[in-house]
Amino acid sequence: MNGGLTMNLTLLLYLIPSLIMFGCGVYGFMTRKNMIAIMISLELMLNSIDINFVLFNRYLFPDQMEGMFFTLFAIAIAAAETALALAIIINVFRIAKDVDINKINKLKF
Amino acid sequence: MESLGNIIMFFVIVLSIIVFSVLTVTTRRLLRSATYLLFVLFATAALYFKMDYPFLGAVQIAVYAGGIVVLFVFSILLTQHPDDDAESLSKPRKWLGIVAALAGVALSAAALFGYAKFCGRLVPAMDDVTMEKLGRFLLSTEKWGYLLPFEAVSVLLLACIIGGVVIARRR
Repeated sequence: MNGGLTMNLTLLLYLIPSLIMFGCGVYGFMTRKNMIAIMISLELMLNSIDINFVLFNRYLFPDQMEGMFFTLFAIAIAAAETALALAIIINVFRIAKDVDINKINKLKF
Repeated sequence: MESLGNIIMFFVIVLSIIVFSVLTVTTRRLLRSATYLLFVLFATAALYFKMDYPFLGAVQIAVYAGGIVVLFVFSILLTQHPDDDAESLSKPRKWLGIVAALAGVALSAAALFGYAKFCGRLVPAMDDVTMEKLGRFLLSTEKWGYLLPFEAVSVLLLACIIGGVVIARRR
């Protein structure tokens, strides 16, 4: 029908982008020095885990909804965690005038 | 055997996920990094829609793209000048990051391709996840019920609100 194009969208093909997203998150988490950039990398990793939950739910147990609920709760918890972390980062900035993790090396100013 | 539209959608989603995740961690400007994160989250929402979980895609757009990215942009603009470039990375740190990321990806990829037969399955048919079914599971205390985590998350969100106010309050 479409010029002999035969391609199956298997589970593996969907897991590869999620894997690459997680690798990018690890790289950013280890190399970035700005605290907000580290949080952004953390979001990438969380997001790739969410994708994995959904994919395994959809491909392996289509009649159940466990992976979907895990993703739903993971999104809620990630939102709470990000809001608190950003509040802490802004408070640190207000006191130390910097968000660079190499320059913030004292617990008490 | 998939329809051509399905395959095109797949490649659009996958390529945007890969390209924008790489750009998120390699760009020097933080504001651009947040924007690329937004695109990654949108592509993920598209993936959820494609996997027949429309509610999850809507939650992803509303919570992540609508809430978290806005928070990120606010705090980026509060803590630094928009034209600031990040300092260039020191060599050992950069290589440490690359080695750690590549080692993790290689290990997981080896595991994935080791289970190639298991991972080669096609997407099975699924009943629509209706809101009625979802709500019933979310508020049920029986087997496969999710009432306890649901309540725990509500307490967590309350704690988060109070904590956010306490931390960010001007003393």
